[in-house]
Amino acid sequence: MSEQHGFVRRYVFSTDHKTIGIQYILTGLLMALAGGLLATLIRLQLGWPDHQWLFLSRLLPKGMPSGVMTPEFYLAVVTMHGTIMVFFFISYVLVSGFGNYLVPLQVGARDMAFPFLNMLSYWIAFLAAGVMLASFFVEGGAAAAGWTAYPPLSAVSSAVPGSQMGQTIWILSMALFIASFTMSGLNIVATVFSVRAPGMWMMRLPLTVWSYFIASILGLLAFPPLTAAAVMLLLDRHFGTSFFLPSGMVIGNTHLTNTGGSPLLWQHLFWFLGHPEVYVLILPALGVACDIIPAFTRKPVFGYRMSVWCLMAVGCLSMIVWGHHMFVSGMSPFTGEYFSLVTLTITVPMTIFGVNMLASLWGAKLQLRVPMMFSLGVLALFGSGGFGGLFLGNATADMQLHDTYFVVGHFHMMIGGVTLLATFGAIYFWFPKMFGRMMNETLGKLHFWTTFLPFFTIFFMQHFLGLQGAPRRYYAFTAYDYLQKTRGQNLIISIAAMILVSSQCVFAINFVWSLFKGRVAEANPWGATTLEWTVPSPPPHGNFGNMPVVERWAYEYGVQTVDGDFAVQTVPSQIAPVSA
Amino acid sequence: MSHSASSTFDRWSGGTCPFDAGWRKVMMWWFIVTDGLLFAGFLAAYGYARLLAFHWPDQAEVFSLKYIAAMTFVLISSSATMATAVDAARKGARSTALRFILLTAAGGAIFLGMQAYEWSHLIAEGARLNANPWGDAAFGAYFFLLTGFHGTHVLTGVIILATTAIRTAMGRTQAEGVEMAGLYWHFVDLVWVFIFTLFYLL
Repeated sequence: MSEQHGFVRRYVFSTDHKTIGIQYILTGLLMALAGGLLATLIRLQLGWPDHQWLFLSRLLPKGMPSGVMTPEFYLAVVTMHGTIMVFFFISYVLVSGFGNYLVPLQVGARDMAFPFLNMLSYWIAFLAAGVMLASFFVEGGAAAAGWTAYPPLSAVSSAVPGSQMGQTIWILSMALFIASFTMSGLNIVATVFSVRAPGMWMMRLPLTVWSYFIASILGLLAFPPLTAAAVMLLLDRHFGTSFFLPSGMVIGNTHLTNTGGSPLLWQHLFWFLGHPEVYVLILPALGVACDIIPAFTRKPVFGYRMSVWCLMAVGCLSMIVWGHHMFVSGMSPFTGEYFSLVTLTITVPMTIFGVNMLASLWGAKLQLRVPMMFSLGVLALFGSGGFGGLFLGNATADMQLHDTYFVVGHFHMMIGGVTLLATFGAIYFWFPKMFGRMMNETLGKLHFWTTFLPFFTIFFMQHFLGLQGAPRRYYAFTAYDYLQKTRGQNLIISIAAMILVSSQCVFAINFVWSLFKGRVAEANPWGATTLEWTVPSPPPHGNFGNMPVVERWAYEYGVQTVDGDFAVQTVPSQIAPVSA
Repeated sequence: MSHSASSTFDRWSGGTCPFDAGWRKVMMWWFIVTDGLLFAGFLAAYGYARLLAFHWPDQAEVFSLKYIAAMTFVLISSSATMATAVDAARKGARSTALRFILLTAAGGAIFLGMQAYEWSHLIAEGARLNANPWGDAAFGAYFFLLTGFHGTHVLTGVIILATTAIRTAMGRTQAEGVEMAGLYWHFVDLVWVFIFTLFYLL
């Protein structure tokens, strides 16, 4: 296990899960930069609708010819912002990145079940990201049909400029992404099933591993139908089929010859993926937060077993609720009733999970270090964003709120904010393990407040924009009299967004500075209990010297050992009593 | 605690796979689940199209169902030879295993040949991705989509079987490798049963 390879085998085409995890994280962070810049463009347009940004007209002569965005470019920017953030930032950093890094370490394995497949998965993911970015530079620009790629906009090449090559490249990039995500998911599932260390019962796994395990299963079950749909969309675009195109469509004064298809079929297939996908993203966020919190409360998480069962229940329920994205699609009221019912049922396990997190804080003396602050931020956003879900899951309320900024505010708080804050929390928490150095606390706290406060402001306010009837994806809301009065709100949101984006420079500086100059970290700087803290920082190739034997669960705090007020999972029962 | 209860407990307690299967096999099973869901997606879409259809052709007029039944028979028989090969590999009877792997691959190849003939026949009669002489355009689209995707899976299966056969002949395959090829092959056959029932018969 200690064989030495050259630079390329060790850092570029590495099969070590830790290197691959870090590669995923860095790629994802770069993609976040792209996604963040696109968000900035959106906010410039909405905050200052008539302003001419002359310097931008030089940078983007086609998209912003006179310094004001063209509507087509706005659609492409919105589409790519969503796609990049969902699939290429959160999925890469939080799910594949930390999943690869943490799962083998936390279950006590030397590597993933299939290291070569893992490497392949990363390089395909890298390719997918490159292909997606390349779509900006083709004829017609990037895809413009939204991250949901609804036909007919996505199926008819003449619909908008972005429906030309941009959309085809979007589909191909997504196909690569799905292939890579499937490999990565298979690996995580097989690793958790088969490569756990002796004594690591399923009910001793840290919640992080549980959340990755269930999220990976969800991804494996949900992505294939989207693959099927993507194949059909490609056939519709290039081979004249009509899977998603009904008869009698007229686009640009041309009568299309397609017959017999239905755009609703795409919506069903897409949301069969799309809804589980949001849990693929948010479950790891919650799992990671659950593992960070006890290290700073110095007490076990509350209701571990109940939390695990809640994760499983959420996983199962998430597969059968996709119709709540389609309440206004002319769905039968009875079907709508069913989808409302199961959607609201999801709030039961999710609320139990959230209350368990809250109860984990009960009676503890909180140590407000940076990872803890981000985890508390996760809790805050999860709680407040979750309430929006109650409105949207209810068909009656959703009729009013569908496709308004209420939806934008809701999902940004949940799969945007919860995952973003958990990602940062995870980076601050595991950075010492990954690179052997601590990140700077002061800069970290500055980064937290300048991220959390603007983020909450932006998306909390967007709920109210939605209640006033502001539709999402509209480029020039000022064209509508009833939305003129929202100019001020949009301006505040845009200013907050600029603060949020600038604040990430603090993070970037902290990240790079700490990489070289940070205080050297010991093996277990936070006094945490899971297996990765038993090995040096950074862990050697093969992770463990002698294979660990697990003696207890992952949350043994409040006992006395030589290490302090906690027992890592390998401490035998003779030294400290075993709770689980 | 009874004996069986304690052994179940041990299986899940780490250090081993709970199903007494290597991680390769665990991964293969999950891959089959995902691939199955791919076909589930196609078949669900097809079901949706049937609900929307105005004039779905009578399959008995378009296809020669006897010919399709013969194709199905060939493919199902190849599942039986595959099972024999897996059994032989497990017992270490290498030459028997090799013979039956080759028979299975031959079954797959015959199926592909018959499918190619069926395609060329229907294309000659005017079946296209976007139109066909018998009824709704969606009929042709779904025909090529479903049988095309299944056909590529059979082709992949034949390639896997050929590789397994070569490796078995060279003595480099373990029983688990043959078994995994077998899992994939049975899956491909099972998918055909669904396509045969739902597309050709219903």
